Amino acid sequence: MLHLDALSKQFGGLPALSDVTFRVPQGQITALIGPNGAGKSTLINCITGVLTPTRGSISLGLQEISTQPSHAISRLGVARTFQNLKLFERLSVLDNVLAGLNNEAGSSLIMALLRLPYLRHRERQLKLRALEALDRFGLADKADWPAGVMAYGDKKRLELARATVSQPQLILLDEPVAGLNATETLAVEQQLRRLRQEGQTLLLVEHDMELVMGLADQVVVLDSGCVIAWGTPDEVQRNPRVLEAYLGSVEATA
Amino acid sequence: MTRQEHLSYFIRLHRTGLTVTLLCALIVLYPFVQDNPYTLGLSNLVAIHVIVVLGLNLFIGYAGQISLGHAAFFGLGAYGSAIGTVTYELSPWPTLFGVAVLVALLALIIGVPTLRLSGHYLAMATLGFNLVVYTVLQQWDEVTGGVSGFYGIPSLAIGSFAFDDEVRFHYLVWGMALLSLLLCLNLVRSGVGRGLAALAGDETAAAALGVNTQISKVKVFVLSAVLASVAGSLYAHCYNYISPASFDIFVSTDLVIMVVIGGMGSIWGSLFGATLITLLPEWVDVFESYKDFVHGGILVLVLMFLPQGFVTGLVDLVKTRQALRRSRHAAS
Ligand SMILES: Nc1ncnc2c1ncn2[C@@H]1O[C@H](COP(=O)(O)OP(=O)(O)OP(=O)(O)O)[C@@H](O)[C@H]1O
Ligand SMILES: [Mg+2]
Repeated sequence: MLHLDALSKQFGGLPALSDVTFRVPQGQITALIGPNGAGKSTLINCITGVLTPTRGSISLGLQEISTQPSHAISRLGVARTFQNLKLFERLSVLDNVLAGLNNEAGSSLIMALLRLPYLRHRERQLKLRALEALDRFGLADKADWPAGVMAYGDKKRLELARATVSQPQLILLDEPVAGLNATETLAVEQQLRRLRQEGQTLLLVEHDMELVMGLADQVVVLDSGCVIAWGTPDEVQRNPRVLEAYLGSVEATA
Repeated sequence: MTRQEHLSYFIRLHRTGLTVTLLCALIVLYPFVQDNPYTLGLSNLVAIHVIVVLGLNLFIGYAGQISLGHAAFFGLGAYGSAIGTVTYELSPWPTLFGVAVLVALLALIIGVPTLRLSGHYLAMATLGFNLVVYTVLQQWDEVTGGVSGFYGIPSLAIGSFAFDDEVRFHYLVWGMALLSLLLCLNLVRSGVGRGLAALAGDETAAAALGVNTQISKVKVFVLSAVLASVAGSLYAHCYNYISPASFDIFVSTDLVIMVVIGGMGSIWGSLFGATLITLLPEWVDVFESYKDFVHGGILVLVLMFLPQGFVTGLVDLVKTRQALRRSRHAAS
């Protein structure tokens, strides 16, 4: 599905990613872990066209996407959430999810000005799907709230709903449970399981080891921009380099 | 449900349709209760401003951009129609549309490079454009009539029915304003409108959902320029006389003030902002002489207390309070 080959990104000469190579297989959950500043978010930003990689290639299926702009990558079926929420705060909760269906809503300005019947019909269908997604994430009763008013946990789930509603080929999640309490984390975990059951492909960036080890089909470990290990959760957990990277970072932060 | 609940549900469901119907009724009836030509003339000016402000509001409030040069598009529409119908003796309606197409092309040419700029740079670029257009209108005597203006612009007509007095013009300009309003309402309630609102909210997130931010901004810029041009043509045919002073940068800033007062991204707010700022100098004499100060003051106050603009700010407040009240209900 997604294939990164020798991907590098530098910020003004400082390397944030160095020769990152790995695959995200279809229909599985691939977790990307690593200490703070390892380059995980940078990687997601490169895949989604927010950042342009310095070198290397990113292919989705047979398509090279490393040089494409964000919106084009989205249209190929790549959706994401953001580490620091990026909701449309002034729009309603429902409209936020509907924005997740943007690629199906039609982009002709003239058609939109005239609001032709077929457009109205499509709008109704999209609305039904958005409501379904809200229902699934337990947000249906807040559909007409301004998104900005919601509690943090609800906002996290709303971002998930927005990223998944279009049933994209590939979903990139940047720390979906960061800052959530145990109950909320469990709810998100169940949602992720369900997405996998439905055949969705996920790349999950997360610090919550329990969640990662319980959920992921394979784990890629990034440290200072380099892939230092990858394999099944068990393999990775036993890898001495991983332990070192994590213990090292624990000592450093302690 | 009780009857009252049914009624309030019905109103909520059809609030847009009901408001539009009410506005229609007001427009139709107004000349019957108000036949003072001066007052009608003012109300016609309001309608012309509404058309410009609707477009500008989409650009500022939805696409999240700033333009300090929309009076230039307004002016190009006016002079385009004047020159077309007087100098070249073309018929007014095709000229109006032809000029709008030319202005659209011009906006496209200007929009593609400048909309890569952001914030202050975009403001400066559009301001510069307005200055250039203003200077040309003022200096190019033989074509534009220079500072003394352009006289003898014919009235618009449908068949032999000429829109040549205030009442007739009232129906024409308010009809056009209503049409523009409906088109804009359609737009903001569509997927395209949602994409634009997303763009104004967070560009990165909008792009990640497939919104082509660059092209969307250009499209809205062109649309707003077209509306300004049409409004300009109407203005020229309404007053039969135009001069460069009506299209200088102060008019551009007034238009922005109308948007801000009405509320960023609020279609109905555009109506309010255009009305208030057009009529204010008429209501209170002080405003006449200190117009720029008063407008500046209002702008500062609104931006301080309701940064989203007056109408939008109030609507946001109400929605937030409703949501909070309901969550408290749910909690208890
Ligand atoms: N836009 C940027 N400009 C310059 N440096 C950046 C930029 N974005 C990230 N960096 C740097 O790149 C490195 C990797 O950052 P990144 O945000 O990808 O880490 P991360 O693995 O997501 O960390 P965390 O777990 O804290 O989210 C950091 O050293 C960071 O300072
Ligand atoms: Mg990160």
